[in-house]
Amino acid sequence: MTALLKTWALPALVLLGLVAGWELLVRLAGIPAYTLPAPSLVAQTLVANFASLAGSWWVTVKITLGALALACAGGVLIAAAFALSPTLERALFPVAVVLQVTPIVAVAPLILIYVHSTTAALLLCAWIVAFFPILSNTVIGLRAADANLRDLFRLYRATPWQRLRLLRLPAALPYFVAGLKISGGLSLIGAVTAEMVAGAAGRETGLASRILEASFRTETPKMFAALALLVLTGVLIFAVFNALSRWLLGPWHASESDRQP
Amino acid sequence: MPELSPLIHLQHVDKRFGSGFQALADVSLAVRGGEFVALLGPSGCGKSTVLRLAAGLDAASSGTVQSPALAPGHPTDSASSTAFVFQEPTLMPWATVADNVWLPLRLQGRSRAQAMPAVQAVLARVGLADFANAHPQQLSGGMKMRASIARALVTQPRVLLMDEPFAALDDITRQALNADLLQWWHAAGTMAALFVTHSVAEAVFLSQRVLVMAARPGRVVAELAIDAPYPRPAGFRHSAAFTDHCRQLGEALAAAHGAAPHNA
Repeated sequence: MTALLKTWALPALVLLGLVAGWELLVRLAGIPAYTLPAPSLVAQTLVANFASLAGSWWVTVKITLGALALACAGGVLIAAAFALSPTLERALFPVAVVLQVTPIVAVAPLILIYVHSTTAALLLCAWIVAFFPILSNTVIGLRAADANLRDLFRLYRATPWQRLRLLRLPAALPYFVAGLKISGGLSLIGAVTAEMVAGAAGRETGLASRILEASFRTETPKMFAALALLVLTGVLIFAVFNALSRWLLGPWHASESDRQP
Repeated sequence: MPELSPLIHLQHVDKRFGSGFQALADVSLAVRGGEFVALLGPSGCGKSTVLRLAAGLDAASSGTVQSPALAPGHPTDSASSTAFVFQEPTLMPWATVADNVWLPLRLQGRSRAQAMPAVQAVLARVGLADFANAHPQQLSGGMKMRASIARALVTQPRVLLMDEPFAALDDITRQALNADLLQWWHAAGTMAALFVTHSVAEAVFLSQRVLVMAARPGRVVAELAIDAPYPRPAGFRHSAAFTDHCRQLGEALAAAHGAAPHNA
């Protein structure tokens, strides 16, 4: 219990202090709500518009999680293919790098032209941003198995499938999880960026569209309310993957060891 | 009693690596079933290369290598006939101790249920019965090495190859493991043990025969029989015979070092 308090008390206090300082600044300086709304007003706006914002939130969450799931599947499958065939890796890795280094804001308009379904276009944009960390981490992880262990598998004449399943995949797991933690945040960023480019049009619109829409009407508190939901979603994704990492790697991997470095 | 034909037989073996480095030059040695042989020499004299050749993990550049690991026949039989213990425990960190020991049997297609009696028996023999479900990171260095040896013994191999397995351990743990290793080897009947070490005392305590190697290029320069009967009690370390063997080996090592072509 005291350990829990020690872990959480300090960051919670800092956050609380920041919010309180913000509230105090707005009230004392008399800043108008259309410039900078106080946190209390943001909270009120969030509650008042919750039903409509929740709908948009769900749209963004679906795109984010969908893109992340596809990034996991794509990243791991392509990494496994690269691990089995170095030729394939040499041939295709540059393409993956090109996809990674191209700013998504610049490509999104093109994708929206070529892909007719808006949902599919958004998924594709978010996927492009999210899949690379999983791919590159898993590629490294699949090569990271201990050399002596690899010799042991050779000595006992393991089949390539046994080697992949019992040695290379478990050895790659910590690397994959590290990639997943990065990609979780990136897929949200990718989804929001693509929504921003797609604009406020369409029947099913996400939180980014609501931010744009509110900005056109100078409804600054509503912009902040939507932003708060995005931040909470990002934090939630981060927390979930940290818990997943602890659960998967806790018993054996140094990255989740309780021992202080 | 040792069998007549050798289990491991190297004849005039040369080993050159791609860089042109000659690791072994004209090495010949034979290890018979039931024998305990030590390979003694300084770092870089090719001791580990000899083990890797015997395990089939490397191929000789010239000469012939015979060992159960290279024997034709049913792949799972020959695969399980040779066990290798590395300098590091080389356990899979994500698997429990029991699952690590299960690995060689698992690679032969034995299910967990089929393998567990053998796994538990060998864990009990090495003193890890209570740690079957622990992960390697929870074990001490000596216990990790016990788990590593348990994994080697679980297939009841005909040949046990060991590459300085106790070099990283403290002296007390090392002596305890030396005594235990002799018991395990004795209990395994006709299993041959080839043990690489750079410790003179360890070679004398464990083996029936010590092959002394010299470096650059690696070659066998002397052979000494240790004619003390098994079981060897801890007191053997303090006997006159032990001291005498150590002195002889020390002299052989010194001579080998002086005789190395590139060492003035």
